[in-house]
Amino acid sequence: MVTAMRNMAANQRGKIRQVNARGELGRRIRDMGLVPGTELRIEGRAPLQDPVAIRMRGYTLTLRNSEADLIKVEVE
Amino acid sequence: MASIRVAVAGQPNCGKSTMFNAITGGTARVGNYPGITVDRTEGSYKLNGHEFFLVDLPGTYSLTAYSMEEVVARDVIVDERPDVVVCMLDSTALERSLYLVIQLMEMEVPIVVGLNMMDEARREGLKISSAKLSELLNLPVVECVARVGEGKTELMEAVASLTDSDKVDAKPPAISYGNYLDPIIESMTQLIEKEAPADQRPPARWLAIKILEGDEVILKRIKQYGELADKLLAMAAQAEKRVKDHTASYPEAIISDQRYGFINTLMLQGVLARDNELRLGFSSKVDKVLTHRLLGPLIMLGVLYGMFWVTFTLGATPQDWVADFFNWLAYLGATYIPQGMLRSMIVSGVLDGVGAVMSFTPLILIMFVMLVFLEDLGYMARVAYMVDRIFRVFGLHGMSVMPLVMAGGMPGGCAVPGVMCSRTLRSPRERLATILTAPFMVCGAKTTAYIVLTGAFFARDATLAMFLIVLTSWVFVLLVSRLLRWTVIKGRHTPFVMELPPYRLPTARGVAVHAWERVWQYIKKAGTVILGISIVMWALMTFPHLPASEVAKFDQMRQQAAAKVEQTHQGLAPAEMNKLVLASQAKIDRLQGETALKKSYAGSISSFVKPLTDLAGFPWEANIAFVGAFAAKEVFVSTMATAYSMGDIDPDSSSSQNAESTLEARIGADPAWTMPTIVSVFIFMLLYVPCMVTVVTIARESNWKWAAFSVAGSLVFAFVISISVYQIWTRFFL
Repeated sequence: MVTAMRNMAANQRGKIRQVNARGELGRRIRDMGLVPGTELRIEGRAPLQDPVAIRMRGYTLTLRNSEADLIKVEVE
Repeated sequence: MASIRVAVAGQPNCGKSTMFNAITGGTARVGNYPGITVDRTEGSYKLNGHEFFLVDLPGTYSLTAYSMEEVVARDVIVDERPDVVVCMLDSTALERSLYLVIQLMEMEVPIVVGLNMMDEARREGLKISSAKLSELLNLPVVECVARVGEGKTELMEAVASLTDSDKVDAKPPAISYGNYLDPIIESMTQLIEKEAPADQRPPARWLAIKILEGDEVILKRIKQYGELADKLLAMAAQAEKRVKDHTASYPEAIISDQRYGFINTLMLQGVLARDNELRLGFSSKVDKVLTHRLLGPLIMLGVLYGMFWVTFTLGATPQDWVADFFNWLAYLGATYIPQGMLRSMIVSGVLDGVGAVMSFTPLILIMFVMLVFLEDLGYMARVAYMVDRIFRVFGLHGMSVMPLVMAGGMPGGCAVPGVMCSRTLRSPRERLATILTAPFMVCGAKTTAYIVLTGAFFARDATLAMFLIVLTSWVFVLLVSRLLRWTVIKGRHTPFVMELPPYRLPTARGVAVHAWERVWQYIKKAGTVILGISIVMWALMTFPHLPASEVAKFDQMRQQAAAKVEQTHQGLAPAEMNKLVLASQAKIDRLQGETALKKSYAGSISSFVKPLTDLAGFPWEANIAFVGAFAAKEVFVSTMATAYSMGDIDPDSSSSQNAESTLEARIGADPAWTMPTIVSVFIFMLLYVPCMVTVVTIARESNWKWAAFSVAGSLVFAFVISISVYQIWTRFFL
């Protein structure tokens, strides 16, 4: 099943299918290694449920929910 | 001796600066890149007859035109052409680190790879084959643990042997960018090589890739090629169309996807093996608590409060030592310098002024040590992560927390580095809002004023009072930036894509070096700018002298007072009598000092603004101090010190009792300070104009228009708030 990253629960795992961000945001997201095929796990969310922290490629990255919307992830 | 120029590159938090410090030791010097304020650290190192000159590039994840740091790092490599680039890698985030190496290889510079944090990688169960990595990339790879200096010599030996061998072949990486882009990159490269002179441009293939990526800086730069630029842009447009038609993607995305694809292949070929890459590491477990929805914010507030407590408790004793030292100097001055203008200038102007400022050095040192520690530990990134949701409501960014904290979100900061480090914010709007509001924070200089004032009025609850002041400053920062983002700086918010680096205990040396750099800046400011201003303020408060007729009037009053005492207390011992006479004259001395100060230039300025400041209830000493503090906020304390010491000490008598009491006690004893006045002054101190140095920095980071806006806007705003508070309080609550 493919879903937007925003909808993923804490500790859920998945594999990135698509990154629909262009321009500056897209560049930044890809530079940090969020490219199709990357496996990730939701590490948790900030106290106010936003931003979200994800674990991938051996490190932890944080994104806002509005940015997580642009990343489609395949989850079991 | 062969000299080798080395640039040290690496991503943020990879231990690059730690390694740089380990190599260069005491030779490191911090400067600026011309025109911009990114720090440029340089140093040197000698080994086996080679002399290395190293420059520490800003830490960047990538080499696009995303931030000023990335452009700077790139420009050093393109324009200065270092003999070798050392790229430090965080072994625990190997893939992401290699992304930077790949881009450096595309720039066709000789590279030595330093695999840092190998100890941590081993602990995490990562099996990294540096030999395999070296073989696949065809680059020397050295395993390092920068925090203990491991690998430092091997790294520099690798650099030396790379330059010794004549065949330095800095080849681009063997990455295929796919069927759609490869042919176009090839033909663009050939075209550039044919038509643009090689000695005046970066490597052709790199230029071609950057043009396809749509890199703004490069697109601007190639305009100088005229017709060639048009041809290249046409080819890039054609490539974009082809890619779009066939893949629903675009060149920039394909290029970075392929880079990561290449890195994945390296990993699979035996560079990296790990049991479970997404497992819960140590930092993740710690974050379960430190960023917990309830515990996280509580701990954050606890940490902030703990920092005050430690600073003001631990700092009190050394602060007294420094103050005592300057008091002793003042005593020496008063004893050995002949009476007159020079003595008055040195004792009342220089020593009182500079001494008051210098006595806060221990506090600032302690505060910076803790701030740098938390920064290097990785905690500040968690703070940004936790507050982003709130900051966004006020039109700021989670990353604004760093500039704001630096500016004094925890007291001890300074608006100048705060405004400077706002450059890590990518969005011009959030950045501008941060720059304009950062000066509201309680910087180290304002802290000095607040310590004196809270000491004078809330001595028993000084820590609590300071904490409330800092909270108030945060409230104003958030409200004003919301106001700014609704009015003068409208627009959408920017992406928040930030690493949460693993928690790492900073090295004592790293913390010491960083903290000392900042404290040294403070001391230099005290020694130069503030010394000069103290003398100017002293002169403004001393000249013009009272006319001789007025002085004679006060002398006469003193004689009358003495005569009266002698009459009423006849028959006392001469020593006792003398004491009583002096006591009776003290009030007159004070009156004379006050009259002299009010008639001075400073007094004239103060009475010029008096109609306005009366509305806010300021005492005249605060008026003068606020005028002087525009030059530097520390001057507030030194001016108050001068004002209150001049009010007390008459050159002709020795009212030693008053001279020994502290500034806090003297201010606290002044009946002019009622509660509404105190609050009004506290708020005005918080909000009114940034200091001169900050104004210049704001102008440099934005432009003079915004700098002028910052001065005028905050001055008006401060008056409105202070006057409202004072008027409402005195009219309705007293």
